[in-house]
Amino acid sequence: MNTYSAFDIIGPAMIGPSSSHTAGAVRLGLLSRGICGSATTFYPNILIELHGSFAATGEGHATDRGIVAGLLGLLPDDERLKDSLKLAQANDINIEFRKVDLGVNAHPNTARITYFFPNGQQLSVTGASIGGGNVRIQEIDGFETDLNGELDAVIFWHMDRPGFLARVTGLLACIEVNIAAIQTTRRMRNSEALTIIKIDAPLPADCMSVLRKIPFVHRLLAVPKLP
Amino acid sequence: MHDYTTAAELLSICDREKISIGELSLRREIEISGRSRDEIFAKMKTHFQTMRTSIRRGLEIRTPSPSGLSGGDAAKVLEYAQSGNALLGEDLTRLVAYSCAVLETNAQFGRIVATPTAGSAGIVPACLVLLEETHHLSEDKLTQALFTSSGIGVIIAGNAFLAGAQGGCQAEVGSASCIAAAAIVEALGGSPERACAAGTFALINTLGLVCDPIGGYVEVPCVSRNGMFAVHSWLAATLALAGANPRVSLDDAIFAMRDIGRRMPRELRETSLGGLAICPGACTLQKSCRQG
Repeated sequence: MNTYSAFDIIGPAMIGPSSSHTAGAVRLGLLSRGICGSATTFYPNILIELHGSFAATGEGHATDRGIVAGLLGLLPDDERLKDSLKLAQANDINIEFRKVDLGVNAHPNTARITYFFPNGQQLSVTGASIGGGNVRIQEIDGFETDLNGELDAVIFWHMDRPGFLARVTGLLACIEVNIAAIQTTRRMRNSEALTIIKIDAPLPADCMSVLRKIPFVHRLLAVPKLP
Repeated sequence: MHDYTTAAELLSICDREKISIGELSLRREIEISGRSRDEIFAKMKTHFQTMRTSIRRGLEIRTPSPSGLSGGDAAKVLEYAQSGNALLGEDLTRLVAYSCAVLETNAQFGRIVATPTAGSAGIVPACLVLLEETHHLSEDKLTQALFTSSGIGVIIAGNAFLAGAQGGCQAEVGSASCIAAAAIVEALGGSPERACAAGTFALINTLGLVCDPIGGYVEVPCVSRNGMFAVHSWLAATLALAGANPRVSLDDAIFAMRDIGRRMPRELRETSLGGLAICPGACTLQKSCRQG
């Protein structure tokens, strides 16, 4: 089935110069901001690694400024995009850029964004701008993912244990949240795992605390769909 | 359901329900998004207005872009259009100016609408705004034409690609020319079959275009290319409205575009590692940019 929207073709309204390298970069930044939970917390050290075409021509397309604009929560048609690096500086956010080679299998427009938390922990998000401003997050902390920001999502960092999904889906069923897709990946049997549940409407805020009580959940995050 | 993956399916639904591609595209959007017709139509209309603003803004640009690789050509072409002896006639010369103007706006961090991408954002807006002036079409009619474009565009997105990094410039300017030609035909009352023929003419004559912009900036050749391929769309629509037969289907054209894109070396897919991007003049241009 073809799931492209009319507005994937006509749109988005955006600040130039490139839909994949600028607007897509903003949306990658926005989505990883959601995955990092930056809307409520402040993470001052961020490493942005650029691969392929992002590395080769990113500067001319303002890919760097685009990703940072997204990390700051700006939308792709916000004219402050061109000053986003200064804006980050003014907010005491340290951002370092590096050009890297993520291998032949990586999409040409790939960026890996790593957050360094004050407590020494890290979170890395790898995503690609796949054309026309559309993006796909392919990896979170080394777990394979397929997240494009078109739907609201809930991400669980948890242990791979019997019954985990049954508990989660059972709870969601009770409050009539419709699930569009579920993806679980794990490092190995019985070890750390990541589950992404895409849902058709935002989760009611008060159910997050209940979901957090499910055994073996380390971390839980609601990622809003992209505007 | 109004779902389709190929142009053949699209045409059969249009034929069965006796509706235009634009109307089918709108009904499909209502189904997949769950939003109302009014809401979807209003969003598309806002896009049309943003397009018109991006043209006006670009026509006023007199200063070079930050890279120094563009700026001021759209204004020159508009002046030439109004000079009374424009080689292409006044209307089509204005079309060139409009399409260049959007790309100049884009290069100066202005607001544009990606149609389907930023690098090809001049063609559809230029064609529709010219139609608005020459044929006095209403904003609603032109918004409907944008749905014609999106209706064809989703087929290309689903079966090939829209990004220069994946398929070269044929994926960007080729797709834009294709969906603009189809929109022109439907806006002027042509049938869905004729709209697809226009799209086919546009696409089969852009196959093989590579993406090799100088310095990685969406300016050379992108600004002039948008200007020139707006006329290409106009010509494709002309062939279709005249009843000419492209001999291959739109699905075939999209198949060919994908095949060529897959064979295209990565140096010619938006990496600035080949072609115009590495010609001797490009190095000089970039050097002078750095010094300036």
